[in-house]
Amino acid sequence: MLKLSCIHIPHNKNTEKCTITDISLPKTVKIPMSMNMGAPCNPLVKVGDEVAVGQKIGDTDAFLSVPVHSGVSGKVIAITDYKLANGNVCKAVEIECDGLQTKDSSLTPPVITDRDSFVKAVRESGLVGLGGAGFPTHIKLNPKSEVDCLVVNGAECEPYITADDRVMIEYTDDVVEGLSAVAKNLGIEKIIIGIESNKPDAIKALTEKTVSDKRFEIKPLPSAYPQGGEKVLIYNCTGRLIKEGQLPSDEGVIVMNVSTAAQLNHYLKTGMPLVSKILTVDGDTVKKKGNFRVPVGTAVSHILNYCECETDKINKLIMGGPMMGMTAYDIDQPVVKTNNAILAMNKISSDKQSACIRCGRCLRACPFNLMPTEIEKAYNRRDVESLKKLKVTLCMNCGCCTYVCPSKRKLAEINQLAKMIIPRN
Amino acid sequence: MLKVSASPHITGNMSTQKIMLLVIIALLPSLITGIVMFGAKALILSVACIAGCVVTEALCRIIMKREQTVSDLSAALTGTILAMNLSPDLPVWQALIGCFVAIAIVKQLFGGLGQNFANPAIVARIVLMLSFTSNMTTWSATRFMTDSDAVTGATPLISGDASYIDLLIGNTKGCIGEVCSLGLIIGGVFLIVTRIISPAAPLAFIGIFAALEFIAGNDPIYQVLSGGLLLCAFFMATDYVTTPITTKGKFIFGLGCGIITFVIREYGGYPEGASFAILLMNIVTPYIDNFTAPKIIGAVKHEKEAE
Repeated sequence: MLKLSCIHIPHNKNTEKCTITDISLPKTVKIPMSMNMGAPCNPLVKVGDEVAVGQKIGDTDAFLSVPVHSGVSGKVIAITDYKLANGNVCKAVEIECDGLQTKDSSLTPPVITDRDSFVKAVRESGLVGLGGAGFPTHIKLNPKSEVDCLVVNGAECEPYITADDRVMIEYTDDVVEGLSAVAKNLGIEKIIIGIESNKPDAIKALTEKTVSDKRFEIKPLPSAYPQGGEKVLIYNCTGRLIKEGQLPSDEGVIVMNVSTAAQLNHYLKTGMPLVSKILTVDGDTVKKKGNFRVPVGTAVSHILNYCECETDKINKLIMGGPMMGMTAYDIDQPVVKTNNAILAMNKISSDKQSACIRCGRCLRACPFNLMPTEIEKAYNRRDVESLKKLKVTLCMNCGCCTYVCPSKRKLAEINQLAKMIIPRN
Repeated sequence: MLKVSASPHITGNMSTQKIMLLVIIALLPSLITGIVMFGAKALILSVACIAGCVVTEALCRIIMKREQTVSDLSAALTGTILAMNLSPDLPVWQALIGCFVAIAIVKQLFGGLGQNFANPAIVARIVLMLSFTSNMTTWSATRFMTDSDAVTGATPLISGDASYIDLLIGNTKGCIGEVCSLGLIIGGVFLIVTRIISPAAPLAFIGIFAALEFIAGNDPIYQVLSGGLLLCAFFMATDYVTTPITTKGKFIFGLGCGIITFVIREYGGYPEGASFAILLMNIVTPYIDNFTAPKIIGAVKHEKEAE
């Protein structure tokens, strides 16, 4: 059996005992029409419209897309252009909250009769993969090939983040029932939930809940990064290797995050789509660290103020974990479906780069045995043929190479740049 | 102002400077023993080598108008290793020529740290050996030797009459940093335990060398403990820059070094072969790297590429 490399990094799970709580409602929310992989939605509301919690405010006919719903009740005050992290611009709906949080009266639990109606319902729920990548869930749950195994990601290997951990502990029923629903509708017999061993409470809760159900297997995994990387998780849970160009479903596997499963069950029970997110708020400028449920579209600044953050001391605002999260340039940026943490950091590493000393630490850290230092050299001479041979396209940007580099070279970043210069065929 | 950058946003606490410092620390047991054995002249020579390398590096960077890199300690490390490779009786000015060769010619002319293909200290040692052969092969006795030994003479590698204990604690004639085998072993194990170096190259190097010596009918333990073998195996065959990058490659590198050292010691004109062995293997390192590239997990060979 192969062993995929991994690295040991400080966990900093400061908020693992913090129960999920609601925060005060913001005055306004700004909901972007593009929050995940796929096509952006068109706004279904116009300025002046009254909206309710759970009401659909954006949709499109494009294949790879999911509708957008409002997480607050109130009045649409503006529809503006919003610049996404990747540089694209989409529409965003701004809603002034009336503070009543009136629910959309038309929301009812969906009627599921077969796989088609299930997939349709999942799309209506606005669900995307909540682990961070944000792949539309209804497409993932409608694979073209035969699937026999559902691998569930409860690894949460990123430092600081404890949102999934808290969901597994506090919403154990939702996680298990949501997974059961997926298994039932897709005819899957085996459900493996992979959890890093640094979450004993979550492992215990899920084990107790599933002890009488033969389909479930709770798999404690070593607490090593990137245990929650899709291919790494699949391999460590099932021994199946997802090869270049393959989707997990090609090997008979679907991967789902625990929070996605919990959210799915919430929708199947109540008809309430994905309108709020559970976030870990942490960082050395934050006084009130914890896990909070916030409506999608809430400004990060509102959350940080609620958490008594010294916002003027923030040097880096990370949306997500410190290994793969993106930095925000605007503290008023809205929370989107794929966010799972806000890290407001004062102390940041600002090490200067020095020359590569060929120590080989990046090679040994890479889960897929890529050679980041060679990729960097090939990229610097814009050598597309070598980059293809070095298989840079397999890089999942986990960041292990940059983390271990004693010369502090930006290897993971170079890998992403290198991918861009390889023409797609 | 928020700082925006690509992930990851945290990095490990290992740095080039720390690695160099740890290697220098690992060299100290042997170096200090050498200085104790040979006295003030060894101390002066060591300080001169380290200072010479650091100053040469600083001057090179200034002349080339490049960023100053002295603080990464790599020049200090080269100086330390070079000093340990010298006879305690070498004049200081000759040692300084060695420093110039190591830093200016072998390292900076090729682009500085990480770009040199040959180990700077090894090349400097070889240049000094060929240029000042008599000085480099004149050995004074240690301060603990009895009166009858207290003349300059052959190293135990040639004389073959030292005891294991003397070889271990360094009470023999030889280069400053080569005499104390125990110190070198302690330093090597320290680097392996702290995961600064991989054990692959030193184990392959010493292992195959000892096996060949045994087959040839020599005492393998005596051969391993005498001469520059341990210094080369633990500290120069493990230099990141000039040796293969993969573990498999490091192993092959070690095997090559061991075989060449044996051949030179057994059949060659020089009593000492380890430094030539490493230089020769430095040259083939890119080829070793080429055919020991790790198998990429999940990679699929496309028909086009297979052609």
